[in-house]
Amino acid sequence: MDMTVSFAGLTLDNPIITASGTFGYGVEYMRFGDLGRLGAMVVKGLSLEPRRGNLMPRIAETPAGMLNAIGLQNIGAREFVEKRLPALPWAKTPVIANLYACEAEEFGELAAYLAAQEGIAALEVNISCPNVSEGGILFGQDPRLAARVTEAVKRRAGSKPVIVKLTPNVTDIAAMARAAQDAGADALSLINTLSGMAVDARTRRPRLANVVGGLSGPAIKPVALRCVWQVCQAVKIPVIGIGGIASAEDVLEFILVGATAVQVGTANFIRPDAAFRLVDELPALCATLGVESWDAYRGSLKA
Amino acid sequence: MTVRRLTRLGAGGAQGDFFELALDFPGAEGSAWGKWRPGQFVMVRPEGFGMDPLMGRPFSIARADEEHGVCVLFQVVGRGTAKLAALRPGDRVTMWGPLGNAFAARPGVPTLLLAGGIGIAPFLEYVKRHSASADLRLIFGHRPPLDCYPFAEMAALAACEAHRETCPDDLQAFIALLGEVIPQYCPDGLILACGPLPFLRTVGRVAGEAGGRAQLSLENRMACGVGACLGCVTEHKEHGPLSVCARGPVFWSDEISL
Repeated sequence: MDMTVSFAGLTLDNPIITASGTFGYGVEYMRFGDLGRLGAMVVKGLSLEPRRGNLMPRIAETPAGMLNAIGLQNIGAREFVEKRLPALPWAKTPVIANLYACEAEEFGELAAYLAAQEGIAALEVNISCPNVSEGGILFGQDPRLAARVTEAVKRRAGSKPVIVKLTPNVTDIAAMARAAQDAGADALSLINTLSGMAVDARTRRPRLANVVGGLSGPAIKPVALRCVWQVCQAVKIPVIGIGGIASAEDVLEFILVGATAVQVGTANFIRPDAAFRLVDELPALCATLGVESWDAYRGSLKA
Repeated sequence: MTVRRLTRLGAGGAQGDFFELALDFPGAEGSAWGKWRPGQFVMVRPEGFGMDPLMGRPFSIARADEEHGVCVLFQVVGRGTAKLAALRPGDRVTMWGPLGNAFAARPGVPTLLLAGGIGIAPFLEYVKRHSASADLRLIFGHRPPLDCYPFAEMAALAACEAHRETCPDDLQAFIALLGEVIPQYCPDGLILACGPLPFLRTVGRVAGEAGGRAQLSLENRMACGVGACLGCVTEHKEHGPLSVCARGPVFWSDEISL
């Protein structure tokens, strides 16, 4: 079967994309597999200036999941473009820049800079980070703010596709999806982490310095599937599924409910070759289950 | 990767359960394992973890060659290490490494190794590789009995002394010993330390006061082990938060704030 998927002007060899915040700047994983075999890579969220992130401890393990409150520590967009991007096989595997800013106009400025780089194929707008005090998730919880950020990015992104990443920490994710679509988003990606916390009964202290953090990993897959399914009913633009994907069967489940591609996140921490293994395993599972084309299989859930 | 051997160190029970875990050696030919150095570590995740616990666990490499396999030492302290202690030969394990940087090695330079508890692990191979140096000295602080650690094996190769802590006075005496010995290696000797954070803080402080610096191996909680998750950072005075897994785990004491 042809594994190729196309959306928002991008063509991917396969639907496996690595998720922002879980694959570093790509170069960290070069020793574990050929980056050129991935469908695409979304790199660690970038801001205009470098960010130091939150205090330690920043991660905590939970059953089938992990909590993080990294706080968008990153080297800044310029250093990424100058020092990391040239090392990536961007001519073979699309590199998607995930971007974060505190204000809509700053989002636009960042988008203009990143979109101008030849090695960046698309922009993913992070309006859903639960771990920063300024902006962050608020953009993703108010349809008007989400639309304003989307418009600001779209206006400055030139011909580069704009993907808006949605948070599940809302009452009606379909409403957020429609707001982003109406504001010009070319695609949506969901879900980001679920807000959560972990505490220690013995020390009576939170396990994260930030007290609350974002829950990811297989524990959130049912929530992610529900969100993707709901959003796919509500919008016409392509949807990228994210949330607890760790096996080829997980990939097919997200495509079954309507996703065009998927992002693999926490699984990269469980084993560093996780995304590469999914690329290897997907064709055989498709053959086993009688999946003959993505177009026929996508959204074919018998609900 | 499969488990080759799991060997209990010491009697176990009330004093704690200590093990040496040996995994298949990936082969030195053409791989990073041919040039691994003491201080580097591996991430180990038994397939038996299932989804809980989710993450692999970082361990210093105690030794790694065709004869012994890739060996790590561990003490059972939580759910992950409890599951590791239940491994059997042939069990499947995901292991990635060697990861991180390593301790400095300077033949001919007086070198002081300071190990606290299970922090002795990276020094097993260090002592073996430097046994020709008459200037090598290891000071080991521990609470469980000495046979919970591969101390005798090291003592046969270099000047090693052990100090057991059984009461608060022992701890004070050990700190006083560090205050006496570390300055002898300052400013030009090599001081290498691995152990609990308060121990490392003491080593760094004493070295600094004596006009020297020490290399400290940090043991922060990690998820990925490769510098991607940014969950294990330490504060570097010049560069801000740095990943312990990718930029360490060994840092010069005067470059970081603990």
